Amino acid sequence: MSVPLTLLGLLEREPSHGYDLKRDYDTFFGRGKPLPFGQVYSTLGRLTRDGKVVVSEVSPGDGPDRKRYVITDLGATELEQWLTQPVEPEPHLQTVLFSKVVLALMLERPAEEYLDTQRAAHLQRMRELTEVKRAGGLVDGLLADHGLYHLEADLRWIETTSARLDALRKAVQR
Amino acid sequence: MTILEARNVMFSFGATPALRGATIEVASGEILAVMGPSGSGKSTLLHCLAGILVPNSGEVVFDGSRVDSMTETKRSALRRDRFGFVFQFGQLVPELTAAENVALPLMLSGIRRTPALAKAYGFVERLGLDGLGERRSGELSGGQAQRVALARALVAGPEILFADEPTGSLDSLTGEQVMDLLVGTAREQGTTVILVTHEPRVAAYADREVIVRDGRVNAPHRVAS
Repeated sequence: MSVPLTLLGLLEREPSHGYDLKRDYDTFFGRGKPLPFGQVYSTLGRLTRDGKVVVSEVSPGDGPDRKRYVITDLGATELEQWLTQPVEPEPHLQTVLFSKVVLALMLERPAEEYLDTQRAAHLQRMRELTEVKRAGGLVDGLLADHGLYHLEADLRWIETTSARLDALRKAVQR
Repeated sequence: MTILEARNVMFSFGATPALRGATIEVASGEILAVMGPSGSGKSTLLHCLAGILVPNSGEVVFDGSRVDSMTETKRSALRRDRFGFVFQFGQLVPELTAAENVALPLMLSGIRRTPALAKAYGFVERLGLDGLGERRSGELSGGQAQRVALARALVAGPEILFADEPTGSLDSLTGEQVMDLLVGTAREQGTTVILVTHEPRVAAYADREVIVRDGRVNAPHRVAS
């Protein structure tokens, strides 16, 4: 999750104070990992420095003055570019698991058991996310779906690899 | 408490072995996913557990009674009175309306048509099919037909629901709706569910999973938590 770009997106929706940005970020994107206030203000400081947002008004508050932030044309352009570009595919798990499987086969260790353990861990996580979907609202459900589809893709890779272990063993063992 | 158990079950289709010593225990009220690659024997295992197929050797025990040594008549009564079934395709009787299909197991167990239909209409509504009770299967979408099949499987309050790829013919969103209903209704009724699936997203509705591979059941290697 890119915090600066997400804050830019929230500011494109409407000019906001730091407090409101944090609240909206936590509601829609935080999901168990709230954004610290310090990070909100340091990010807004950098966006201001780089000309992507400006402070439109300052009003006195109980503590420090409250600043209202507005997105600039530069910020809106960057946001637009980010939104329209595809996300870099990140097959992290396959890379790590692939290394484990190949090494296990090279070292004559039980690769199938490793894959079974990984499958069980994936299914356990999918169970948790399915429960989130069943118990939660639409936003939580869609976030859970995102995780579920990724885990499902990993599981398909695990199944395919399990079915090809004998062939892979021959390919990697000397 | 174990309600259903298979011990070292062997089964062959002619000369082709499908189960090679399958052993499994199912606890009362649990939702168990049976997974595995195509041809691994998972559907054959379900059919042996449900008393549809009789193992060549080994034992199947339901609620303390040996299913594998029952007569066909007793196994048929067991399936009708205490089990429910939902499969992937073609389960509804096309000549009957949706409500009549749902009422069928009740009428087969001796309940008269009027009270059976009244209960069936209640179940049809419960599964979100309000107003569709009069339709025949050809007038239902795939998801609606599968919900009717689910209602029919659960209407008599079975102790065990056997579900073989129940969402296999549905798109993912419709499949989720069917699984939500299946799991929700089973939990309300305390029905044990044995769910054969190759889809991880369907298996994720279960309390636990077992993997069938080459006719044997592998319990998963759990991660320490």
